[in-house]
Amino acid sequence: MSLLDGILEAFRLIITLDPYLLRIVLLSLQVSGAAIIISTLLGVPLGTWLGMCEERKTRLINKIIYTLMGLPPVVAGLAIYLLLSRQGLLGVLGLLYTPVAMVTAQVALALPIVTGLTMVGIRSRGRELEETARTLGAGPLLTAWTVIRECRYSILGAVVTGFGRVVAEVGAVMIVGGNIEGRTRVMTTAMVLETGKGHFELAIGLGLILLAIYFVINSLLYTFQKESPEGGESHARR
Amino acid sequence: MPGAKVVLRVENLVKRYDREVLNIERLVLHRGKIYGIIGPSGAGKSTLLRIINQLVKADRGEIYYFGRSNSHNAKDSLDLRRQMTLVFQKTILFRTTVFENIAYGLKVRGFKKQEIKKRVDTLLEQVGLKELAGRHAATLSGGEAQRVALARAVAFEPALLLLDEPTANLDPANVELMERLILDLKRNTSITVIMVTHNVFQARRVTDEVIFLYDGRIVEMGETKQIFTAPHDPRTGAFIEGRMIY
Repeated sequence: MSLLDGILEAFRLIITLDPYLLRIVLLSLQVSGAAIIISTLLGVPLGTWLGMCEERKTRLINKIIYTLMGLPPVVAGLAIYLLLSRQGLLGVLGLLYTPVAMVTAQVALALPIVTGLTMVGIRSRGRELEETARTLGAGPLLTAWTVIRECRYSILGAVVTGFGRVVAEVGAVMIVGGNIEGRTRVMTTAMVLETGKGHFELAIGLGLILLAIYFVINSLLYTFQKESPEGGESHARR
Repeated sequence: MPGAKVVLRVENLVKRYDREVLNIERLVLHRGKIYGIIGPSGAGKSTLLRIINQLVKADRGEIYYFGRSNSHNAKDSLDLRRQMTLVFQKTILFRTTVFENIAYGLKVRGFKKQEIKKRVDTLLEQVGLKELAGRHAATLSGGEAQRVALARAVAFEPALLLLDEPTANLDPANVELMERLILDLKRNTSITVIMVTHNVFQARRVTDEVIFLYDGRIVEMGETKQIFTAPHDPRTGAFIEGRMIY
């Protein structure tokens, strides 16, 4: 099969909503979606808190988060594998080779990114916003909410970056998911498998869908930022 | 000043960073006056304002607000903070409309919608921005933004207004407008204003009393006219006349 045939066949699979391809795409979105929701719920408050703390007090935590932001997926996968395997601390739960294990591995990858980028975004403007809210009489919770709301573009950027990282990774989900058809096979693991088998049409089709997902998400973020009068940039006067 | 109500009393206040930056033995401020804090850079002017506004904790000393000690109880502390506010030199407006910016402090205090609208509309008229109520704050000029910041600060009628060089980055027309707004506030309310300024001419134009801060200590405090015409301390005179090298 030529490359052109592969691309044409890939489009046919996408247009006809091939059930096998559709199942893989849906599971990918479910796993990565769940991982990014969990990472957002944990990472945004944590990143906000760290961003509002004095930097000298959180130096060690910052270094750990920055290190984990570059965590290789296979290392994250291995760590979760060891945790969930029979001899592991959580082996009794029997979660290995399930979507739950895959979500856990992806949270390990996305959480430092969401936390770290939120922290950086908040730090650039959070202190002055915090002080402004406080001088206007806001209590601690309202102050934190004001800071999060004001830094929403940075936070959205952090979440999108985190999603991009997990939906595209292959190492972690391969190790803890096992690439089992119908159960734990996602876009990236399927691409590896189908390429190995020489079934380029499915691999190309999945690659195109992955690119399309990226494009849609980044376009939404871009539009959202552009619609704000300050173009998503910080609005500190002078 | 016998008879006038004491708004703020500071006693033995000390703040250190890598060195001692503030050491105020005693400072008493009365209701309805505009106080100017002048002094060279690094004298501790902004630090004093930030401590008064409870943004920064002092290492030692007591501050009595409206006769009450600075409480360590969170709720009491919040109640106290809600009777004052600070306008920074660098204007920070929220990413929303001019109206919503001014309404922020009123919403925090649980004002009803109708009352919020009435107050914001009145203030917008006073600061000359009535037409800009629906504009996004990010599109304002520097002078407009600082006027919004001032309106936002006085919307909930604080007893104590702290201004940290509020006109430092404005053009002369906006400086004049801001000064007029501050003087109008004094005329129409019983608000007490503490204004940090580098501009001695502004201190002379706007304030009732001047506090000259040098190296973290109050060198001299007195009526503006007296400070400018017959300062007791030679350092005050040198600063006012622009002879102080710092």
